[in-house]
Amino acid sequence: MSAMHPVLAQIALAPPGLHLADSFREPSFGVWLLATILKMVVFFTIYLVTVAMLTLAERKVSAWMQGRLGPNRVGPGGLLQPAADGLKNIMKEETAPPFGAGALFTLGPAMAFIPALMTWAVIPFAAPWDSSWGRIELALAPLPVGFLYILAIASLGIYGIVIAGWASNNKYSLLGGLRSSAQMVSYEISMGMSTIPVLLLAGNVALNDIVQQQAAIGWNVLNLTIAFFVFLVAAFAETNRLPFDLPEAESELITGYHTEYSSMKFSMFFIAEYANMLTASALLSTLFFGGWDIPFTLWDNLAPHTGLKTLLTFLVFFAKTLFFVFTFMWVRWTLPRFRYDQLMALGWRFMLPVALGYIVIVASAVLALDYFDVPLRGPFGLSPFGLALLALNVVLCIVLFVWLDRGRIISPASARVSGAELARLRAAAVQRHARQTALTTEAGD
Amino acid sequence: MAIGVKVLDRPIEQTSYIRATLSGMARTFRHMVDPHKVTTQYPEQKDAISPRWRGTHRMLTTEDGKAKCVACGLCPSVCPANCIKLVPGEDEQGNRYPLVFEIDEFRCIFCGYCQEVCPEEAIHVGRHYENAEYSREGFVYDLERLMAQTHPVCEMWDPADPKGE
Repeated sequence: MSAMHPVLAQIALAPPGLHLADSFREPSFGVWLLATILKMVVFFTIYLVTVAMLTLAERKVSAWMQGRLGPNRVGPGGLLQPAADGLKNIMKEETAPPFGAGALFTLGPAMAFIPALMTWAVIPFAAPWDSSWGRIELALAPLPVGFLYILAIASLGIYGIVIAGWASNNKYSLLGGLRSSAQMVSYEISMGMSTIPVLLLAGNVALNDIVQQQAAIGWNVLNLTIAFFVFLVAAFAETNRLPFDLPEAESELITGYHTEYSSMKFSMFFIAEYANMLTASALLSTLFFGGWDIPFTLWDNLAPHTGLKTLLTFLVFFAKTLFFVFTFMWVRWTLPRFRYDQLMALGWRFMLPVALGYIVIVASAVLALDYFDVPLRGPFGLSPFGLALLALNVVLCIVLFVWLDRGRIISPASARVSGAELARLRAAAVQRHARQTALTTEAGD
Repeated sequence: MAIGVKVLDRPIEQTSYIRATLSGMARTFRHMVDPHKVTTQYPEQKDAISPRWRGTHRMLTTEDGKAKCVACGLCPSVCPANCIKLVPGEDEQGNRYPLVFEIDEFRCIFCGYCQEVCPEEAIHVGRHYENAEYSREGFVYDLERLMAQTHPVCEMWDPADPKGE
């Protein structure tokens, strides 16, 4: 740790008693193996049950937002609805399109689901637990290069959709697959760029260190608000959720890439969508909302790491993740879909420059704050370092959302029409309207 | 530029996507937490149907349990769908009664003419809509079945009282 980033170095030295790089005992190989297997089994169970419940949650949330009650017939309050859906999908006839590419047709749904699952390997979902057999990390595979692994896996997610679109041998499916590849490639760049400031601040790519750093100087949503917004929007695009659901686009593409899928294969895409959502939510909470960190206290970040702390931090992490899942649903039932040109313009002409500019600003700010030796920990548990970044972000947010957001972020169709042409079109529209009114009045007489 | 492009009335400087999004999200959130939901919990909870609802038929009976029908033959004559089958009979006192009275509810168009034309107020269309059957034959209601129905009957439109007051 000799080449430690100044921020982390300061945390390591910072009073009062903030020993984040504390000493611990490595577990024996047997314990490690057993713990890993147990973690996988428990995680897999929780994950799949959560994904199943999310399909119900989506229907419930949509119903409530539309003044309905949602499914409430199967089991208490409709809780067994996912089981009924699963049973139905298994029993249904499975059809495969003729002239489709058989093996790829089967591979598509699997490829859509697996990357979402793999991402979870490195996400820390609770504070480490110092058991009597040694420290047990509460991530399935706590890689030191955690974040890079996530970037690598996230870019695999597109293959499932593209393969499905191609193998279906259907115009609409292919269009859906093409759209999704264009969309995901465009937004992956802004997504990657928006996370660079997080790494700048943490000075490390291990996710547990990113969490600990946020515990010390405040969550990144306050330190790096713009990066959070860019990541949030990119996460919506990456998971193909409204307003970025162009690959599905029921009204244009008849649900796009999964038009030809039926039965359990269709179900797999459905599961993959929610799995992706859950993964994106977990990433959002890990990178920007402190991960498993319990807010307003450092109690959970310091030794001794007891089982109680592990349990509580897990619950906190779960709550944060579910909050973001709810946000995904909330936005879905609020916003209409973008036009294709709006999507591309937002990705390339707005998000990417903003993300790039933000890297420069944050890098300069961190450099300046380090130069003036702004302390990480101040009185009342506040962090002057974090507060300085927060002030910077408030200014940037005002600039971005008040001044820049004037028909530039999402532009109407008339945005690229010259002023004179616009005036002519408006006059023509008025004339046409008058003519139609006259016609209908005549017909009425 | 093609004709028919929708042109925004406001200048572009006044449009804000983020503010519009946030106000939209506030609106959907208010709807979500609003306890008033419009769903009717059928079958536990049923909407009231109009007193002039015309559903499946019912044959009213006299006090001694016989059908009021005198087999005059007006309803099969007036029926535009030709769904009423009536075979008249006559007992020793010379009273006419239906030997066979069948209504095919699949052919019926629920116009209510039969009720309107009936001199004895015997056949009625009912205020009733749960008619599921497992076979097509089940929808041919015979006299016994028509008499066994208990649902309320339609109040026909009265020209003297068009609003049903």
